[in-house]
Amino acid sequence: MPEIMLLIAGRTSDQGTSLNRGKLKEEYLQVTSTVEMNEDDMARLGLQAGDRIRLSNDTGETTVTCQPRKRTDLPAGMLFMAYGPSSSQLMASDTAGTGMPISKNFTVQIEKITGAA
Amino acid sequence: MDDKVKTAETSSGHVKVVENATCTFCGCVCDDMVLTVDLDQKKITKAKNACVLGRAWFAEHVHEDNVPPALLDGQPVSVEAAIEEAARILVEARFPITYGLSDTTCEAQREAVAITDMIRGNLDTTTSVCHGPSGLAFQGIGESTMTLGEVKNRADLVIYWGGNPAESHPRHFTRYAVTPKGMFTPNGKKDRYVVLVDVRRTPSAPVADLFLQVKPGHDFELAWALRALVRGRRLDPGIEEATGIPLATLTDLAARMKSCRYGVLFFGMGLTMTRGRHFNSGAVLALATDLNEYTHFVAKPVRGHGNVTGADNVVSWQTGFPFGVNFSRGFPRFNPGEFTTVDTLSRGDADAALIVASDPAANFPKAAIEHLGRIPVISLDAKETATSRLARVAFRTATYGISVAGTVYRMDDVPITLRTAFESKLPSDEDILTALRTRIKALLLARGQAAKSRSAATRTAA
Repeated sequence: MPEIMLLIAGRTSDQGTSLNRGKLKEEYLQVTSTVEMNEDDMARLGLQAGDRIRLSNDTGETTVTCQPRKRTDLPAGMLFMAYGPSSSQLMASDTAGTGMPISKNFTVQIEKITGAA
Repeated sequence: MDDKVKTAETSSGHVKVVENATCTFCGCVCDDMVLTVDLDQKKITKAKNACVLGRAWFAEHVHEDNVPPALLDGQPVSVEAAIEEAARILVEARFPITYGLSDTTCEAQREAVAITDMIRGNLDTTTSVCHGPSGLAFQGIGESTMTLGEVKNRADLVIYWGGNPAESHPRHFTRYAVTPKGMFTPNGKKDRYVVLVDVRRTPSAPVADLFLQVKPGHDFELAWALRALVRGRRLDPGIEEATGIPLATLTDLAARMKSCRYGVLFFGMGLTMTRGRHFNSGAVLALATDLNEYTHFVAKPVRGHGNVTGADNVVSWQTGFPFGVNFSRGFPRFNPGEFTTVDTLSRGDADAALIVASDPAANFPKAAIEHLGRIPVISLDAKETATSRLARVAFRTATYGISVAGTVYRMDDVPITLRTAFESKLPSDEDILTALRTRIKALLLARGQAAKSRSAATRTAA
């Protein structure tokens, strides 16, 4: 069974500071391709900090690095990542007549990437 | 001479101190910066009063004298040649779009509106993918509004909903809403009760006296439940199942909201970017309106970019609408979902794009980015971005608030005048857009005269 979770994209301090150095720089790209996951979920899925995972949905897919967050901070079944090129790959373009695509709280499928990246 | 700018010669070289400078990184637009500028190195070496984001904004600013101001297909060209090509692209397009505008001055925004009007194009700002849904809600519900100065001096109940100011607007807490001592809040934080509503426990949570962890996608239900409780309606305890918050907690909060002296609801993109969008913002605005039957209560979106509020103001006063405006019929029409940029790109409507101070090629949905790669793009940006890289014509412009003066609007619609730290050899967005408007006007005039001549010749021949 594929693992399905809710993805929330948002702003972070690291994203804000690194974008001042340049959005095409390695630091910004790394910050925006790191996803936070509930520590219990990570243990259940056999994931370690820094492991690469593939996030995908009907719109697209992206490869990110995962980091644990305390169960008190991030509920089970929820992922958080900074807005950026990686999260854009998963955003559907339908705006339901508002102009705004759903950018937070959409489902993604998770798959651990094994072997060389 | 500006008495807020002092230049001195020290043992380490020429140093300028700029007092009351403004940080334009985020919508807080803090105008109490004290910048120490090394004039020899052309670097800002210290930004007193800046938050972590503001310090990075100033410290990472690199003076780029050697950067070419214009690229055509990735190759350096003169600004004049780039203007010529940009004007040609926009005049020849059938559905040109203008987008961005939230990180530039109001003076540049005004030029962009004029250009889009002239070419009968489509005008939209980053508001459409930020608080655009709140803009829709304002039209439906209205806004019980204020300035941040009022909040500082009066608010004793502060609610943040769907936002994480500790990371996105760090000085919102310390300068405006939580810790500052005000006229009627002389003890600062001790005189305020702070509530945070979010789907996860963010770094903002430690500031809050009460943290409500709402179920993802159920902000509307939570706001509606609070509206009911404020009006004295009974609610089923099953509301906890729907929202994640126990009824007793909601009942206490509703009572606190009704009995405060001055309450404020700051709401973020946790409401607008998720299921419900404008209904979520509308529910929060309606809650604030309801509360005015009992006390003074206001609601305000927390805005992201440094002059996104200016973009709303400029586009509104020039066209009558805040974003998502189309001029193709010769007069402005407003229709989010049709004239907003994610839609015009994803549907493939746009056949040319003028992108000002924004990076949709990095942040838009995949389908929109793919279409952006298929059409001629003209970009204006102070930095190299994914958008400037794919642009046919890319202008590199001076940074507003550091090398460009002008006007920006704080998130509470207060206009603030910018004071520069040092000069740049790069043109400003306003310089480029003014030149582009002038050239477009000439091309359109020539095209009109040619059409008239053809028409006259046809009549003569007939």
